[in-house]
Amino acid sequence: MAVTLTVNGKTQQVDADPETPLLYVLRDHLELNGAKYGCGIGQCGACTVMVDGEAVLSCVTPVLLLEGRRVTTIEGLGTRERPGPIQQAFIDEQAAQCGYCIPGMMMRAQALLQANPSADEAAIRAALEPNLCRCGTHMRIIKAVMRAGEAMRQNSRGGGAI
Amino acid sequence: MTRSDVKNPTRRGVLAAGGSLVVSFAMLSQAFSQEGEVQGTAPPAQPKPKLPGSLSGDPFLDAWIRIDAGGEISVFTGKAELGQGVKTALIQIAAEELEVDPASIRLITADTDRTPDEGYTAGSQSIQNSGTAIRHAAAQVREILLAQAAARWQVPADQLRAENGRVIRADGQALDYGSLVSAEILHVEAAPQSRLKPRDRFRIMGKPMPRVDIPAKVTGTPIYVQDMRLPGMVHARVVRPPRPGATLMDVDTATVERMPGIVTIVRNGSFLAVVAEREFQAIRAMRVLASSARWSEGARLPSPDSLIQSLKTMPSEQGVVAEKKGGGAPGSRTFQATFTRPYQIHGSIGPSCAVAHLENGTTTVWSHTQGAYPDRAAISEMLGIPPEQVRVIHVEGSGCYGHNGADDAAADAALIAQAVPGRPVRLQWMREQEHAWEPYGPAMLTEVRASLDQTGKIVEWNYDLWSNTHTTRPGPAGSLIAARSLPTPFEAPPAKLSITPSGNGDRNAVPLYAIPNMRVIWHFLPEMPLRVSALRALGAYANVFAIESAMDELALMADADPVEFRLRHLEDPRARAVIESAAEGFGWSRDPLPEGRGRGFAFARYKNLAAYLAMALELTVERESGRTRITRVTAAIDSGEVVNPDGIRNQTEGGIIQSASWTLYEAVTFEETGITSIDWASYPIMRFGAVPDKIDVRIMDRPGQPFLGTGEAAQGPTPAAIANAIRNATGKRLYDIPFRAEKVKAAIGV
Ligand code: FES
Ligand code: FES
Repeated sequence: MAVTLTVNGKTQQVDADPETPLLYVLRDHLELNGAKYGCGIGQCGACTVMVDGEAVLSCVTPVLLLEGRRVTTIEGLGTRERPGPIQQAFIDEQAAQCGYCIPGMMMRAQALLQANPSADEAAIRAALEPNLCRCGTHMRIIKAVMRAGEAMRQNSRGGGAI
Repeated sequence: MTRSDVKNPTRRGVLAAGGSLVVSFAMLSQAFSQEGEVQGTAPPAQPKPKLPGSLSGDPFLDAWIRIDAGGEISVFTGKAELGQGVKTALIQIAAEELEVDPASIRLITADTDRTPDEGYTAGSQSIQNSGTAIRHAAAQVREILLAQAAARWQVPADQLRAENGRVIRADGQALDYGSLVSAEILHVEAAPQSRLKPRDRFRIMGKPMPRVDIPAKVTGTPIYVQDMRLPGMVHARVVRPPRPGATLMDVDTATVERMPGIVTIVRNGSFLAVVAEREFQAIRAMRVLASSARWSEGARLPSPDSLIQSLKTMPSEQGVVAEKKGGGAPGSRTFQATFTRPYQIHGSIGPSCAVAHLENGTTTVWSHTQGAYPDRAAISEMLGIPPEQVRVIHVEGSGCYGHNGADDAAADAALIAQAVPGRPVRLQWMREQEHAWEPYGPAMLTEVRASLDQTGKIVEWNYDLWSNTHTTRPGPAGSLIAARSLPTPFEAPPAKLSITPSGNGDRNAVPLYAIPNMRVIWHFLPEMPLRVSALRALGAYANVFAIESAMDELALMADADPVEFRLRHLEDPRARAVIESAAEGFGWSRDPLPEGRGRGFAFARYKNLAAYLAMALELTVERESGRTRITRVTAAIDSGEVVNPDGIRNQTEGGIIQSASWTLYEAVTFEETGITSIDWASYPIMRFGAVPDKIDVRIMDRPGQPFLGTGEAAQGPTPAAIANAIRNATGKRLYDIPFRAEKVKAAIGV
């Protein structure tokens, strides 16, 4: 069965059972690596992506719910050569050890900062609560999200895009 | 390996490049594992002067460093990137001594076809062993290139300098490294001594360098084994029994075979797996298979209520870890207590994964294993084929923190690949499989009895610990789940007690403090009711917890400040320095804090021979709920010569948070019928809401000192600092990890 999906601005047909969770369609059909499998039951946040600007756990979201909606993964935020503000902030803060949890963290932070560009540390901690990191990179993740918020605020003051 | 059996295409490509130094692999299959035992099967090399670091196992320079005619530099390490930033640090070391730009170095990590055998990447030994080897090899290669240029120009070598990949003459003429290499000039054995660069000329080492792997990790570039996608690849899932030892009686495969995308079902003894074209098809099929599979009873687990307390009554063998009689006045006051730590998991965020491919009789396995060579030995033994027909390549996975499911997943994939020759198989464990089947950090029980003399100094120290081994890694096939499930199952090798300098269950069981009379005994438990193996820091976590908790109680008894009390018993100036630095940075004092707040201190030198670490922390205990939250931490660490200060900071912050999570929340739960902590709800770990406001890491500057292992230094002091701070906040001492809210609440009696 084919499902029509819009991922990172590109609309395409995917030949998958409509009940397949988005996570597997992103990884297996569209060959995007950002969203990770961590638990498959909505407990860890490793699979977090954005749907219409909101953070969503792709491991528990069947693709059939996503027709006509905009899905964004970290691949849609920037590239190695041209990292987006949140990616640059994670690089600047060296906010990764193994890094497996980091894409999910970035997507949740991106959704937060888009909705609330002046989110403070308490708001960031609260927003990131669903996402687990086993390496203990938390301090740096918080700093990176604060830095990204600052960069985004400056960009929007300067008229640039988020 | 000889020159003629070079079979890897990349290497052949390099070989074709004329004038290359890449001629042979100096591979002696002998290496020393990190936990103190000798790995590998080849006879040891003749006695020679001891070479620095892992050069002693693999003395040829070109096993570590190769430069091709085009000047491309490859550095080889048998170690693996586990998220600890080792790649970056090794590149810094090589670039420093070779006098090249770090960006020009290609680092090749653990691969049984390409790199030296350095055993396991474990025990915080990568920089100590591999870093030392690479540093010396790089310095010697640089000197060879200088000598080569000197001969070419007919000038004394001391009139030349190496800079940015070239040798430069006083008059400014230069030769590229690539043009200086010829034939086999680097295929020589390393000398015991090297001309290392003096520190005042360092350009790269000792300075923070951005991690080379981070840009890829934040942009979704495929770098994890979980991200591998090979042409024709299929997806597999395994079906595990309800508990170890259960055998597969019956399963309905016909229904599953009719499901969409199914390639095959693998049933081999009690090993059951399904292979499908798509990943989610494999998961669905796994569920259907699991629901129809009937298993025999298997081994019942012990009753959970009493297990930890009953460690003391299990059959045991005694190992004397330390014994010393130095006289002195008899003790006047004695502290005595029992401490415990439960089984705990590694709990990587990404469950274990591997890709395996059987092609032309060779099985290639991509794995996030910590030991490519030992894993190859185990897998080939399981498959009943010679080791040369298995190649294990390390690819990064989710952080590992010790011996987790990586090797088992590699074996699962290798076994499944035999059923679909020609097609690469990607296997990932499900979350509940990771939680239930990875080997756990062993439960431990420890007893301290220590006495003070009249002057407030410790005169006598008795310490007993009850623990399994903390190492059941491969090597033998019997350490792999898949191999134990075959029709003729491989047996897990019996565990053996051995007392080594770096320790195992007894790691850090001997306090570093000056105490005249001491007796430390490991009651070694051969029987393993739950599967266990190496979890970051091994026994040091429980031992330092007990020792440093006892030190605090003894300080109270002596009416001494805990920091001063520790210093009173320490002669080693580096130990004293980290303690003083942590206390000063934290603003340590004995002034009372407001109700519900407390501060705690702890210290250890990891393994008593690696990095020194002291920490002070402050926390709050909410009286109504018993919830503990750490607010701020200051740690001081001495890792010897610093390669990448930011890397040390990152590792130490992470170690503190992880160990705090173990201490506050974590315990494997089980019933007689099986493991019940099978996800993040039944096995909670620290989340953002509980993370400290601030962690400060102070790094001691130790120019010219040997590298000291760093990655696990915080694991032991953290639980003790927390327990000491809870004691300070509430007046109650906690002895049994984890300190979950209900336990704290019960202890403080509200
Ligand atoms: S993988 Fe989706 S929440 Fe864990
Ligand atoms: S960086 Fe490893 S899990 Fe977060």
